[in-house]
Amino acid sequence: MTVAEMMAARDAFGQALVDLGAVNERVVVLDADLATSTKASLFAAAYPGRFLEVGIAEQNMMSIAAGLAAMGFIPFTSTFACFASKRATDQIRVGIAQPRLGVKITGAYSGLLAGKTGKTHQSVQDLAIFRSMPHLTVVVPGDAIEVRKAVFATAEHDGPVYLRLTRDPSPVIFADDYDFRIGRAVTVREGGDVTVVTTGLMLPRALEAADQLLFEGVKAHVLHMPTVKPLDAEALVASAERTGLVVTAEEHSILGGLGGAVAEVLAEHRPTLMKRVGIADRYAESAPNDSLLEKYGLTAAHIVQACWSVIDAAQVLESPAAHA
Amino acid sequence: MTGRTDEELRVIANRLRRRTIEMLWGSQAGHPGGSLSAAEIFAVLYFAEMRIDPRRPSWEDRDRFVLSKGHAAPIYYATLMERGYFSQDLLCTYDELDSSLQAHPDVACPGVDMPSGSLGQGLSMAVGLALGARLLGKEGVRVHTLMGDGEQQEGQVWEAAMAGAAYQLDNLTAFIDRNRLQLCGPVDELIPIEPLADKWQAFGWHVVEVDGHAVDEIQAACAEARSVRGRPTVVIAHTVKGKGVSFMEDSVEWHSAPVTAEVRRRALEELAAEEVG
Repeated sequence: MTVAEMMAARDAFGQALVDLGAVNERVVVLDADLATSTKASLFAAAYPGRFLEVGIAEQNMMSIAAGLAAMGFIPFTSTFACFASKRATDQIRVGIAQPRLGVKITGAYSGLLAGKTGKTHQSVQDLAIFRSMPHLTVVVPGDAIEVRKAVFATAEHDGPVYLRLTRDPSPVIFADDYDFRIGRAVTVREGGDVTVVTTGLMLPRALEAADQLLFEGVKAHVLHMPTVKPLDAEALVASAERTGLVVTAEEHSILGGLGGAVAEVLAEHRPTLMKRVGIADRYAESAPNDSLLEKYGLTAAHIVQACWSVIDAAQVLESPAAHA
Repeated sequence: MTGRTDEELRVIANRLRRRTIEMLWGSQAGHPGGSLSAAEIFAVLYFAEMRIDPRRPSWEDRDRFVLSKGHAAPIYYATLMERGYFSQDLLCTYDELDSSLQAHPDVACPGVDMPSGSLGQGLSMAVGLALGARLLGKEGVRVHTLMGDGEQQEGQVWEAAMAGAAYQLDNLTAFIDRNRLQLCGPVDELIPIEPLADKWQAFGWHVVEVDGHAVDEIQAACAEARSVRGRPTVVIAHTVKGKGVSFMEDSVEWHSAPVTAEVRRRALEELAAEEVG
């Protein structure tokens, strides 16, 4: 595997907002004193008249955004994923989701890699919270290219969206001409032995795992889900039909996020042996990125291990002893 | 300016109260007290002050209204119906299955600009609407919101208060229905909100205090708000909870209680007598 180009999702986000602002005058950006971290500051510099600093007041920001959406604007809100999903949940539920107002809620610094800020700033429940909220679309890009495309698609999308973003540089996976669509899964690696369903930054880790698995004689099918809601159930079930084994990978709690969504679909449409890679039901801590990924089970090696565990489980089920 | 006399507005307020009683009797649920206290505010806003066109509820240049104290939905709906946004038939579906007239305001209801029900959010929404109007260059569009006095205990109200002053939103008027009672008792026995006028003044707002049942005072406050430049206005409307129905007045019990057939009969009798008188 060649060394991939690295690019930070937040830089891609800031630049995409600027470029979007140039072609769409209805785009406004609201920030709760984190613009320099989320990179919404780039938009602020380019279009000061369409940038609103609301101060450290996430609840106020969401309800103000609802009012702006009702006046015909396309508001993007800028704060961390942890605050968007927890501090302002009720404002999003009542003021944005219920009336289907087209506010685009961006959640920066999602997952564990929140710049060594620890469990108060890490966000590993946001997918579970927003996925359970009717009318919300949940988008989780896997690289900087997908972030850029998701920003434009989100603005076009009729209705509220939660766009989950990350802080640090990560490998660029997609080509510039990649055709991103909200609600559509994308096969990033073909394989027939086991399906690895990914979202967000677990995509590069899953590809690394697929390389390792190939070395070990297993062909993994990497199915990337940049939209966690609505989930592309058709693509998921088709892949599960083909491989019979599914592993999910997300930088989020194993409760209620991608793993939960996949399990719900498969249980009803195509019961399949599966394993969830993600953060166990616990809070994490502040530490260097690599240490966090290792301790909380989010590396390529953890994905490889999960794949082997479903392969082994399937073999046990299929062995003559199991039917005796 | 309004084309309606004070006497006409008083008659309208009385009619809104009677409609409210009818609706609450029909649904056997809801909040009579906080609806009845706001009758004159609704009468003035919808029949004298606001630039609206019921035939075009989505008219872009209309004034906006946010009922932050969403539990006053009954009198809000009564107002919208009387003003011509929808028929009496629709009003009768209040609180019923599949009705757009939900227990708390929903944007599916003709004339409702923003949803509410979870307290403390309406002023922020109104700030967003007022900012939007200014960004669009719609100088003539004014935004109004009505909050409860108990609602002042919500922290978000004060986030919005800071923002409204910081953005110098002189196209925004917030009303506080100061009826002194909330669900569990007198506001100032739960968590006192006084000195309320001083608080809003300190937050950078133009403050007006009125008798919330005097239509002329409410109208004057609206006119004053329109003339103020560079800051939003808050109108503290001193009211009586349950106003107009003697046994509901100033009573915590009638914040939320079902209107029985007998209650309806007595309440309508009193309200009818008041109109004739």
